[in-house]
Amino acid sequence: MIKVKLFATFREGRQKEVIFNYFEGINGRYILDKLDIKEEDIAIYLVNGLDGKIDNPLNDGDTISLFPPVGGG
Amino acid sequence: MGRYDRNMNMLSKEENERLRSFKVCVVGCGGLGGYVIEMLGRLGIGHITAVDKDAFEESNLNRQILSNVNNLGQYKALEAKRRMETVNPDVVVDSIIAEFNDKNAEGILKGHNLVIDALDNIQSRLMLQDICEKLNIPLIHGAIAGWYGQVTTILPGDRTLNYIYKNKVQRGIEKDLGNPSFTPALVASIQVSEALKVLLGRGDLLRKEVLYIDTYTQEYHKVRFD
Repeated sequence: MIKVKLFATFREGRQKEVIFNYFEGINGRYILDKLDIKEEDIAIYLVNGLDGKIDNPLNDGDTISLFPPVGGG
Repeated sequence: MGRYDRNMNMLSKEENERLRSFKVCVVGCGGLGGYVIEMLGRLGIGHITAVDKDAFEESNLNRQILSNVNNLGQYKALEAKRRMETVNPDVVVDSIIAEFNDKNAEGILKGHNLVIDALDNIQSRLMLQDICEKLNIPLIHGAIAGWYGQVTTILPGDRTLNYIYKNKVQRGIEKDLGNPSFTPALVASIQVSEALKVLLGRGDLLRKEVLYIDTYTQEYHKVRFD
């Protein structure tokens, strides 16, 4: 199982958390595609609370966190 | 001195006096920058440089504390100086009416003890981080978008913005959400608290971590980058 935690505007039209079934080779890119979130819209991508890479394979039990960019002043 | 009496239980007399010797550059005098300058000035930071190329317009009135119906059309950086003359005349405010860019950045920032990032776009923020690192100046980053905001304290070499704006994102969600009255005040307050601790050299900093603020759900997450 992979838990995906969504923050800020990523929650619009989605839940705060989404669960994916684990399979070998599942990665962030697959999850983003399923959630219909573009890579360029992600500012922070965490795997188990640490900075991660979208193309790296995930492990069963991992938690992904996705934050959109905040840039206004 | 009566003006600073209420600071005295959290700051020592010596610390209060030291604040007058610091020079802080606030890059951007809009939503965040206006509140930041107000708070730095009331704390008694001796020298503030206010940088902004723009003049106030009507759409600023919903959130920019330095704007009012009487100063529309006036330069923001100049209004910062005028405001501080009425709030705390002890504070010297230098107004720089110019676009902050890679050609003038070094000249503007040189000689400051601390820089506050109150810019409104991601590209300029990344450039600001580079120049602060080059000049060995601590940088307090703050950004807002609708209900959301973020703050982090960047010491030279940390390059925390490279993590926060991953994938070289160009466009923040504020372009869709706009900005209300309360997130600038909230984020600016946290930035100033970080600024004070960096200047005085005490307290725990939001260093190598970002405080990601969601006032819609009132969730506050610290995300760590090492």
